[in-house]
Amino acid sequence: MSVRPNARPAGHKPPFWRDRAKRALVFQLLLTAAVAVFLFYIVGNVQDNLSARGITTGFGFLNNTAGFGIVQSLIDYSSQDTYGRTFLVGLLNTLLVGGLGVIAATLIGFIVGIARLSPNWLLARLATAYIETFRNIPLLLQIFFWYFAVLRTLPSARDSMAFGEVIFLNVRGLYLPEPLFESGFGLIPAAFIVAIVASIALCVWNKRRQEATGKRIPAGWISLALIMGLPLLITVATGVPITWDVPELRGFNFRGGFTVIPEFLALWMALSIYTAAFIAEIVRSGIQAISHGQTEAAQALSLPRNLVLRLVVIPQALRVIIPPLTSQYLNLIKNSSLATAIGYPDLVSVFAGTTLNQTGQAIEVIAMTMAVYLTISLLVSMFMNWFNARVALVER
Amino acid sequence: MLNKKHWVLLASAGAITLTGAANAATLEDTVERGAVQCGVSDGLPGFSAPDGDGNWQGLDVDVCRAVAAAVLGDADAVNYISLNAVERFTALQSGEVDVLSRNTTWTTTRDTTLGLNFAGVNFYDGIGFMVSRDLGISGADELDGAAICIQTGTTTELNVADYFRANDMEFDPIVFDTSEQTVGGFQAGRCDVLTSDTSQLAALRIQLDDPNGAVILPDIISKEPLGPVVRQGDDTWFNIVKWSLFAMLNAEEYGVTSENVDEMTSSENPDIARLLGQDGNYGEGMGLEADWAYNIISQVGNYAESFDRNVGMGSPLEIERGANALWNQGGFQYAPPIR
Repeated sequence: MSVRPNARPAGHKPPFWRDRAKRALVFQLLLTAAVAVFLFYIVGNVQDNLSARGITTGFGFLNNTAGFGIVQSLIDYSSQDTYGRTFLVGLLNTLLVGGLGVIAATLIGFIVGIARLSPNWLLARLATAYIETFRNIPLLLQIFFWYFAVLRTLPSARDSMAFGEVIFLNVRGLYLPEPLFESGFGLIPAAFIVAIVASIALCVWNKRRQEATGKRIPAGWISLALIMGLPLLITVATGVPITWDVPELRGFNFRGGFTVIPEFLALWMALSIYTAAFIAEIVRSGIQAISHGQTEAAQALSLPRNLVLRLVVIPQALRVIIPPLTSQYLNLIKNSSLATAIGYPDLVSVFAGTTLNQTGQAIEVIAMTMAVYLTISLLVSMFMNWFNARVALVER
Repeated sequence: MLNKKHWVLLASAGAITLTGAANAATLEDTVERGAVQCGVSDGLPGFSAPDGDGNWQGLDVDVCRAVAAAVLGDADAVNYISLNAVERFTALQSGEVDVLSRNTTWTTTRDTTLGLNFAGVNFYDGIGFMVSRDLGISGADELDGAAICIQTGTTTELNVADYFRANDMEFDPIVFDTSEQTVGGFQAGRCDVLTSDTSQLAALRIQLDDPNGAVILPDIISKEPLGPVVRQGDDTWFNIVKWSLFAMLNAEEYGVTSENVDEMTSSENPDIARLLGQDGNYGEGMGLEADWAYNIISQVGNYAESFDRNVGMGSPLEIERGANALWNQGGFQYAPPIR
């Protein structure tokens, strides 16, 4: 005869193995313990094996002198710096191409995605052609295309293409004039910040006023004028405290100014254009997910098409767009490790390439590199989840 | 995304993570497998590169062939594994290859911290620079501000940085994965200078579209002793690789070649008799047959034959013996005696 647990008299507790929650807890603990033992075994085994094979272990190498040069660095770096610093240099280069790639891919993606839904036949077909082309060619090939087929065919340093004698483009890269700031320059960014704060205040005031009275002023245009005009005014008033360091052909190459290396250009273009094709499709699907009734209702209020998009469709579409957008951003950042194929000095090329080989500390270096990508990805996801929660439809 | 390099590293890390302690019986494993696992370059003419029929040829390849001849009696019993500069040490550490014969510079760090041993020097080299003839440059001291194409993961990266710093000059390192890409960068004008070991420069120069448009500067800025590498902890295997190389050098010194080795077996010269196993069995201590050196010389040839065929005057590279001549002919190549 079986007794159903809930038929027991109140106050008499069942044994823990009959309680589903407690049973689950025990299994979870067992699993955690098994994983911990496995990890402990692996780490111990690695250490034993490495020392048995006479291979040096540990992170002490990070303080040793690196002794090799890196072509692009956002922080001061010379060959006398440490391996630890090569890690930072590589990390910053990865973040640079990843960050600028995300921005460019988002811009291109939104424009192409919206263009694909345009009633203009030519525009829509062009957008479709763009998406179908770039989405279906492997990224590595696209990087090679930009690097070897486009940038490698540029003229040599001595016959550079010149734009107004200040900007030069050749096979070594893009040479731009670099602004050198003199004293009194601090006022200009200050004016810029003041203008932004004033613009935000203006927009908030304008919105409240519109809600209260129905009247509005063109705050967007006023803000734009303020943000562009005020710093310009200060610049002129302080007597233009900027001089430009214009690149000049000296010896082998252009000196002075600011150089964008072709490896960066190729990687950035390839990553942006490739990922933008996916983002365009995400944007299109997001917009199409909004019921057509919404658009028609907005049009019935005789809102122009751009306002229909901006006020009705896109705010709702963002809910659908953001989660898959996050994974595209993560893909872009992770794909930037293909840099090593064309010699852009990113984390994988500098740290997991040169540093690994010079020190031979494969396990430490690869573990650090993996930890970096994991951390970047988790941070991006966290930010996008937060942003998603902000734009999510609040149901009332 | 993972490319081949990462797979090799991951697989090697996995092997080190999960398997037991190092297997010291490389010789037994090799005999059982019937082939020597040999790590070579990703295509460097003269040192290790496949010929038109897909057979690997070169000075470094001949070391692999010599080891195979000594151990298995068949110089062709070699599995060649092509490795780039970054993969090479991990592949050797993890046991994917048993000999690394890939124009690898012998340095303290590599010899003492990677769990590896260098088994000798089969080519004495040094870093040089190749520039386009149009630039009209005649010496390395005129290279201030140049963009320099370098292959990643090499001692060249370090030595070039040292040289420019010591001479208070600047340069932009343009670093590529393979020697092919490095040459491509140089040809496209991405960099003014291609730098590598001078022997490699000679090999890379003949791959250019217009070899006469490039000159190799006379300056040699570093010592680069290149040689085969084995894992630490298997002394028998270490000895086999070391003495395979020494056998080729000794054969040159005693005038034994692949042509005359059969006549030489009846030589009265005691050095030759010991080398060819006619007097005592010097292979025994390494677990080899008495004819180990005979097999090397008859199938691969002596060092001079290998040098001439692959990198010397009998090859397109036309490198002089120079530092690589025998000790009694003004070079550094010196093998301990077999006795």
